[in-house]
Amino acid sequence: MEELVNIFIKAVFIENMVFAYFLGMCSYLAISKTVETSVGMGGAVVFVLGITVPLNFLLETYVLQEGALSWLGENFNDVDLSFLSFIMFIAVIASMVQLVEMIIEKFSPALYGSLGLFLPLIAVNCAILGSSLFMQERAYVNITEATVFGLGSGSGFFLAIVGLAAIREKIRYSNVPGPLRGLGITYIITGLMGIAFMSFMGIKL
Amino acid sequence: MSKESLFSKKNRKLLTDPLDDNNPITVQVLGICSALAITVQLEPAVVMALSVFFVLSVANVIVSLLRNLIPSRIRIIVQLVVIATLVILVDEVLKAFVYDVSKELSVFVGLIITNCIIMGRLEAFALGNTPGKAFLDGLGNAFGYGFILIVVAFFRELLGSGTLFGTQVIPLEWYIENGGFYANNGMMILPPMALITVGILIWIQRMKNRKLIESN
Repeated sequence: MEELVNIFIKAVFIENMVFAYFLGMCSYLAISKTVETSVGMGGAVVFVLGITVPLNFLLETYVLQEGALSWLGENFNDVDLSFLSFIMFIAVIASMVQLVEMIIEKFSPALYGSLGLFLPLIAVNCAILGSSLFMQERAYVNITEATVFGLGSGSGFFLAIVGLAAIREKIRYSNVPGPLRGLGITYIITGLMGIAFMSFMGIKL
Repeated sequence: MSKESLFSKKNRKLLTDPLDDNNPITVQVLGICSALAITVQLEPAVVMALSVFFVLSVANVIVSLLRNLIPSRIRIIVQLVVIATLVILVDEVLKAFVYDVSKELSVFVGLIITNCIIMGRLEAFALGNTPGKAFLDGLGNAFGYGFILIVVAFFRELLGSGTLFGTQVIPLEWYIENGGFYANNGMMILPPMALITVGILIWIQRMKNRKLIESN
């Protein structure tokens, strides 16, 4: 249990997808105009990560790893398919995203309208593929750990995007120099938030 | 339908627009992740720009040729397969001809798959236009992307390590450690400074091009 809490805290704060690895930046910057849409986007990312990381974990353990196919019989003991992991992971992610897109379109057309072009882009949100690759690299031992890690890194993204959206809503009342308004100041705010999050890096769990 | 020449005014605009008015990084907000991750030095940035240039223009043409055949429900998967295939191709070519750079870039070449500039242009342009136009759009956007990448990498490498393409540019005797006046800004190598550099670039671009200024 303690181990799971550690994985979660680590994924949210210390190894935050956005601030520590700068993954998932495109949707992060483009969807953070209001808190409401950013909550929708963050929720979608948490959901997709919570599904795809454990799925990819199963794929990795039972299909891709060296010797993973041994359940098929003796002959498959030394088959190593790990060179396929990129394309397999992205296929799982893309199909899950398509599913989420259909569900949101059906049940919440308003949210679908406001997420616009960026919903399909969750598939190419590098935070999603990145999490699966980190999962592979860090070799979590069972599916619970992988799920907790997926949810944790999703929550880290959620926290970051909602935080930025809140700052952007406030900054509307400030007198930012014209050419810097909008995107420019957002980059600079994100940079400063990144510098702030670097202070978590010293924590050992 | 009247025949339109490949270099008509409208088509030229497809090519030049993404360089400034509709730049992928500073205006459309696409392809940021890689722009931040690989701009510490110039060399990987140039290789990255070339790889994206190839993948984007070819993927645009292929998807545009297939645009009437792809059912819209599964278009994302089809697009990703096209992109992933091209990226694997680029990866193999880099490994064969510039092995050192490829080793340096290894992860980031794979990350072209998830570079949203490619997916974004496929979604927004190639799915609704003819192959010729899609090709020009791909070229233009890749140029716009590469341009920003190289400018950011130039400043980060120059100010962060005092080198360009790995050769020392700022004379060593200028450094404070050697009794000079120049202090190296190690901060420029850290990822947050990439964001701030791009932010400042946007500031400069919009001072020159005032119609891009956002109301808020």
